[in-house]
Amino acid sequence: MIRARQVEKRFGEKRVLRGLDFELPRGGFLLVTGANGSGKTTLLRLCAGLALPTGGELDIDTSREHVGFLGHEPLVYRELTALENLELYGRLYRIPERRERIGMLLERFGLWEARSDRVASYSRGMTQRLALCRALLHEPTLLVLDEPFTALDADAAELLDRELADRRDRATFVVATHDPARVEFLASARLALAA
Amino acid sequence: MSYTRDVGALARKDFLLELRARDTLPAMLIFVIATLVVFHFALPAGSSDLASNGLLWVAILFTALLGLGRSFVPEREGGVLDGLVLAPCDRSAIWLAKSLAVLAFLGLVELVALPAFAIFFSGVDGTTIAAVALADVGICAVGTFLAAMASAGRARELLLPLLFLPLAIPIVVGGVGASVVANGGRYLAFLALYDAVFAIICWASFEYVVTE
Amino acid sequence: MSSPNSRLPALAALALGLVTAATALVFFFAPLDADQGLSQKIFYFHVPIALTAYACFGWGAWKALLHLWKREPGADLESYVAIHQGVIFGALTLLTGSIWARASWGVWWTWSSNQLVLFLVLFLFYCAYFMLRFSVDPGPQRANFSAVYALFGVALIPVSFLAIRLASDFIHPTVFTSAGPQMSGKMFFTFCVCLAAMLSLAATLNAVELSGKRLDARLRELREALA
Repeated sequence: MIRARQVEKRFGEKRVLRGLDFELPRGGFLLVTGANGSGKTTLLRLCAGLALPTGGELDIDTSREHVGFLGHEPLVYRELTALENLELYGRLYRIPERRERIGMLLERFGLWEARSDRVASYSRGMTQRLALCRALLHEPTLLVLDEPFTALDADAAELLDRELADRRDRATFVVATHDPARVEFLASARLALAA
Repeated sequence: MSYTRDVGALARKDFLLELRARDTLPAMLIFVIATLVVFHFALPAGSSDLASNGLLWVAILFTALLGLGRSFVPEREGGVLDGLVLAPCDRSAIWLAKSLAVLAFLGLVELVALPAFAIFFSGVDGTTIAAVALADVGICAVGTFLAAMASAGRARELLLPLLFLPLAIPIVVGGVGASVVANGGRYLAFLALYDAVFAIICWASFEYVVTE
Repeated sequence: MSSPNSRLPALAALALGLVTAATALVFFFAPLDADQGLSQKIFYFHVPIALTAYACFGWGAWKALLHLWKREPGADLESYVAIHQGVIFGALTLLTGSIWARASWGVWWTWSSNQLVLFLVLFLFYCAYFMLRFSVDPGPQRANFSAVYALFGVALIPVSFLAIRLASDFIHPTVFTSAGPQMSGKMFFTFCVCLAAMLSLAATLNAVELSGKRLDARLRELREALA
């Protein structure tokens, strides 16, 4: 699914990633660890297709509509409601039976009651849960998650555990986390980045 | 066609945002009226109609800049631009939808500004209105594109006017020409040419502005 | 990539030779203009400098296109340096044009001079290019923005020219009419040598700045790698 050969990413003169080699087959789960500043976020953005490498080759064997991305920012409009945000993404990703899927996801992540409230009024945990809804909305086959457990309380974290386990055999994963023990059992490959 | 649907979905979002925030449109309205009043005091007594016509275009340009300055703020706030870029739609749809939204706002403002101008200064004829319409297209197409770039850097409020004004000079020439010259047809054709050339460039290169 | 450093001394020598030849021709060979006198000689510098500036902007836009289209690694830097040269020559155009206007018509500036007005617009446009570059951190995003903006510039040149033409055109003496240059054989020859001189000067300065910047980048790269 993803093949990296001597991948390098630099910003100006600063080289954030260098000489990266790995291969992630379909259905695999790549666990990415590393200290802050080691380039985890950059690597994940490359895997999601948000950026191109400045050196080496990175082949991602899937098109944009099958990629689900969760980054440091929630990627939702603060001034719109949860419903309106997911409606927009639902339309852009051409999801069939949009209303039903959105309702189902919001319900599953405990956001149904707050669906018509502006995202600006959400707590950090709620925003993160909404971001997860957005990432999973279109049933992606490649999930790129950058520290998905951030800001989640115990209940929500358990929810996410279950989601990941549920989807484990239906999708390919690239997950960066500061808490590797949590998803260790799901991983089929590990990548530790050095600063 | 799915491209149109994407543009529709994105433009709808922009209208929703403005409806919710209700800040850009009223600000542009007040700004344009205030500017016209300032012009009254800025023009010495006995100035010709021609001079005031020129000022109409200055007013439109700066009011547009006001609106454009805020156009990509919601996208930069939640990092949403990444979300739109990830979506399977064509990236140029993002630019087109935003331009259409800004065009609509500018048009609404001009529905008030032009009659105000006619009342404060001199009448506005058909050619001028046509020129304003054509100029709006150019202003919104180029302005939205530049706003996307400016919003990615530091000092974005400073940068947008700097980037925009040199490119807006031909628009002013076309607009003023159409307003004051007896047979303004040439200038309308020129404005149409400007719109075509720059809209195509914007459409083709927006992809590069939002991806790395 | 053939080593640009080996070409640099040859290029510099060529530029020096041409500039010397051009200056000599302008003052000793070209005929004295009947009504404008000595000040007309500025024309031999003003117009070639203007054309060289256009050439620099064009070259910058070409490199920008290569950057976007072929993703050529060095293209962004080359585009930047070319546009930098263009702005320098653009400023010189405005300066020489202003001097000529002062000498010929007694004013430091005139709006009825199409060339000059066009240059002012372009000068502002490309100054904003640098503002854009300075306000974005170095990286692929800045390179993309610069490249796209450079392409806008190239489209702006003819459009602005048309605009300014429409806005009227009487005083600035047209250099080339559709029938051919309004210059005698001697004048034309001098003009061409001056043009060649300015172009080679721009190319030399371009090469010098480029090699300096490349060296700088390489040094920083090495420092990064060792750190």
